[in-house]
Formats: sequence, structure tokens, C-alpha cells
Amino acid sequence: MTAVPAGPALPPAQPEELTAIEPVRLPRSAIFADALVIARRNLTRIARTPQLLVFATIQPVMFVLLFRYVFGGAIHVPGISYVDYLIPGIIVQTVVFGATSTAVGLSEDMSKGIIDRFRSLPMSRSAVLAGRTIADLARNVFVVLLMIVVGIAVGFRFHNGFLPAVAAVFVALLLGYTLSWVFALIGLTVADPETAQLAGFLPIFPLVFASSVFTSTQSMPGWLQAFANVQPITRAANAVRALTEGGPVATNLIWTVLSSIAILAVFAPLAVRRYRKV
Amino acid sequence: MTATTSSPGRGAMIEVEGISKSFGETKALADVDISVPAGTVQGLLGPNGAGKTTLVRILATLLAPDTGRARISGVDVQKDPNTVRSLIGLAGQYAAVDETLTGRENLVMVGRLYRLGAKLAKARAEESLERLGLVEAADRPVKTYSGGMRRRLDLGASLVGRPRVLILDEPTTGLDPRTRLDMWSFIRDLVAGGTTVLLTTQYLEEADQLANHSVVIDRGKVIASGTSDELKARLGSDLIAVEVPAAELDQATAALRGIGCGAPAIDQAHAQITIPVCDPVRDLMAALRILDTAGIVPVDLGLRRPSLDDVFLSLTGRSTGDDDLAAPLTTTPRTPQPARSAA
Repeated sequence: MTAVPAGPALPPAQPEELTAIEPVRLPRSAIFADALVIARRNLTRIARTPQLLVFATIQPVMFVLLFRYVFGGAIHVPGISYVDYLIPGIIVQTVVFGATSTAVGLSEDMSKGIIDRFRSLPMSRSAVLAGRTIADLARNVFVVLLMIVVGIAVGFRFHNGFLPAVAAVFVALLLGYTLSWVFALIGLTVADPETAQLAGFLPIFPLVFASSVFTSTQSMPGWLQAFANVQPITRAANAVRALTEGGPVATNLIWTVLSSIAILAVFAPLAVRRYRKV
Repeated sequence: MTATTSSPGRGAMIEVEGISKSFGETKALADVDISVPAGTVQGLLGPNGAGKTTLVRILATLLAPDTGRARISGVDVQKDPNTVRSLIGLAGQYAAVDETLTGRENLVMVGRLYRLGAKLAKARAEESLERLGLVEAADRPVKTYSGGMRRRLDLGASLVGRPRVLILDEPTTGLDPRTRLDMWSFIRDLVAGGTTVLLTTQYLEEADQLANHSVVIDRGKVIASGTSDELKARLGSDLIAVEVPAAELDQATAALRGIGCGAPAIDQAHAQITIPVCDPVRDLMAALRILDTAGIVPVDLGLRRPSLDDVFLSLTGRSTGDDDLAAPLTTTPRTPQPARSAA
């Protein structure tokens, strides 16, 4: 119909605009540098909204008190005092619930357009997710240490020495970090914070409760036991418990570490792929 | 419809050729061509859901088109997205800034993500803050900012990388009139500095004010293009606008029948009659005589050029506001759209 008109005389080009365009190639180090910038941003957010962190820690503390003082008297696990049984389970529960915050945080960034901003920048495609999961890992470190302090206050003790105790914390954090990537995929897919909260908790709830987190699977009906004994949260809880309290550890520990690596290897690329296309 | 010139690449900073995009059954864009010369402002006009945001997302490398290609400064958005990202700045109807960070922290973060280095990122942040008048608020968390300040910060974030091409997706939607004027003046300053701008808007006045050239898009298709004056000229005639005391509206409408060269539009709410005219001066004199004879004293009476709103109405048969609350287009901001709406 109409040809594009020449328009008004162009303003004098800046000298830098006359230079040819250099193709931008992201250096290999970009993912680390960018992920650190994003992690720092997310940690600043956590530090500036301490009320969120407080609410996030109240829930596991309530679980500790509830199971230690209300249900604990009725639960008997052979060969171990209940508080020593409970706290390793609570640590695993805490990191698993903590991982859902990855989904909520990412979907919040999406609904506010911040992900669009990041995606329009010449930055690494993996960095936003890597930075988010690293920040959530740091948050989990804090919450796990806090739960250990709370646990000790209600009578929990490490009975297996210092290094295994450190290893127990590492195993729990590894599981939490791994699940963060699963929740990253969920958060990017639902793209709405309230839905992300729900979509995060729904699969997590049966996994946490049909496990050895709060009580031995021996007392469950056979069909439930069959599921509870093999699912990853039981494995992780048993591994953490064996590391803090003693007992056979190898199978559950190897199983937890390998399954974490496998989950990471599947879900991290899926989440990054999703991020590229959201 | 929009013919690109015979040498499409020459001097064009933004080139869009035959871009189509569907979401399921919905065709968001159908064979759109646009070419924007360097240093100019291209308006992209259309109502909600016309496809404006889809085109913006394609140009900003956020979305892949089904067919066609787009280039920024000669660089293909699909083949070399990272180079394109280094050339563009994106600011939208949603202020995509972090609320818990301060204004300065937001801008420094964006600078770091351009890998400018700590020192340069800080300097660029400072430059943007000064440019947008946010120095005083720079160290306050963004959640304490007003809507207009957030929008300015969002624009500031898009400037940190010193983009050649600025993509503004409804930059003033939802802003009060005064803040809109401020945004307009920032945008004019940027263009004066040599930046090429693609501006989407549903405010026809905004394109009229800022754009050298505009395309009107409706349901994914370019339905008209030209300068604001050319678009108005396509409507042809000037208009006589008469406002009368409300009680005399019917009488005046009847009396003025036969004046002008088209059907008059009656605005009951404002007791205003708008008549297209082909011979403005004679028709205006005739209208005056008729009103005088009938003993009607108009509250207001004048000739005006058609607005782009009139153009849209005549091109599509619908007002731009038809799919929204009935509200005067140029004064009532709409509620912000979800940032990720498909079109």
C-alpha cells in the first residue's frame, strides 16, 4: 500500500554506532558470573524479607514440637529414642518443603515480568535457574542448622561422631538442591505463585508422610510399605538417620546420592529448556 | 500491505518480514512486514489483543515466530539472539523490576548481567538514574516507589546496555496524564540521541505525539500504515464539532441534518454533534446560520482534524475501546495486562 517514507533527516550517528556490529558470544564463564549475580539478588531478597524466613521456619518447628510432645509418646520405634528418630526425619522434611520455594519464587518472577527482562538480556540461559537454586540452597543451609539447634533443645543428640553428622547435613542438602530443579520446572510451567505453591505441595505431601520421616514404615499396611520403603524420601531419611545415630548406612546413602544425581541430570536440562521457551 | 522498499536492508534498524505467529487456533500475527529507519520512532497501534505484544516478544527474542524473519540492525533475531539482546532494550507495560531491591541495585544488577564489570555497571546505573530523575529515590527499595517511578526505573533498566533499539511495549498504559507527559519527554530525549524506538500503544494520541511513522494492526494484520498525518488524511475530511445545551440536542441534530458530507455522530453524554465536512469553511458558516435561525446558542463550536481514534473507527468499523470498558481512549488508563498475555 504505502512505501515506508524516508522519515525526517536522521540525527547524526554517534561514532560508536558507525562501527560494525560484533557478534556477541557468551564466554564459558558467563554461567558462573551470571548465576552469582542472580544468587546475590535472591539472597538479598531473602535477607530483606526476614518475615518470610521466620514463617518458613515456624512450620518445621511446629512439626518438631507436635511430634516430640503430642504424638511422640504414642509412637514407638524399636531400638532408638523417638526424638533421635524424629529430628533426622524433620531435617529431610525441611529441605524437601524448602525446595518448593524455588517453584514459588520463579513463578513470582515470571508473573512480574522479571523473567522476561532476564531473557531479553545477553546472559547465560542457565544462570537464572542456577542462581535461584543456589540461593535456595543457602537458605536451606540456614534452616537445617536452625532445626538442629531446635532438635538439640528438645533432647536430640548426635550419637555417631562429628564427620558423619556433617555428612548427614550434606546428604540432606544434596536432596534439597536436587528437588529445587524439579520445582524450578514446576514453577516455570505453572507461572503463577499460588498455583506453584499448590503444585509444589501436592506431590510432596504423600511422599513425606508415606515415608520413614515420622515413624517406621514397619507399622504401615503392606501395600503402603511397599511404596514407602523404596521411595527417595525414605531412603534419604534413613541415610541421614544412620549418619547421625549409627547403624548400616551404605545402601541408603549410595541410593540417595545416585538418585539425586540422576534427578539432577534429568530435571536441570528440562528446566533450562523450559526457561528458554517460557 | 506495507511495502518495504526495494532495498529492505538499507538503513533500516528494525526489519520485520512476513512474520506470522499462531497460538493454537488463534492467529496472533499474520504476515506482518515493518521496516523502521534508524533514529526514528515507529508506532504500533492497535487495541488489546491485536498482536502488538506478540510482535514485541518476537523482536526481543522471547518468542520464536512460526514463519518470516526479523532483524535488528541487520542481525537475525533467531539466528543470533545474543547479539540482538546486546543491541536492544526492552521496557514494558509491566515494570519488570525487583521490588525488594533498591532502584540502584536493580540497575547495577542489569549492568552486571550485561557483563559490564562492577565499575562500569555502577557508572551506567548512575547515568540512568540521573537521566530519569530517580537519583533521590535511588537507595530506597522499589516497593516504596509510585507507579510512575517504577515505570521510569524499568525504562532506566532498558537503557543500561546503551541499546541502539528500544522496544517499548505500552510504556504509559495505566499511568496518570502527568506521568505520561514525563515519559513522552524521556522518550523524545532518547530519540534525539539517536536511539531507534518501536513503540506499541493503544493510545492513539501517543503515536500521534511520538511516532514518525505508524502501523495500525488489528487481529494480527497490518490494516494501515503511514505518518500520523497520512493516516488522518486517509479519513479525508475535517470535522465540525458542536456542543449544545443538553435540552436542545435533538432540535440541533434535526436542524443540522443536511450539513456536511457524511453521517453525523451524536454523543448524548456530552450533548455533542460531530459532522464530517468536505468544504469546511462554507459548512461551518452554514451550520452557524442554521443554529442562529433556530435560536440555539452552542456551548462550544469548532472545526477539528480527525483524531487517530476516528481513523481506527473508520478502518475497522469498531472503536478501539469496543472490547473494553466504554471510556474515552486518550484519558482513561486501562488496567495493566498480564505481562505474559499471548497477544
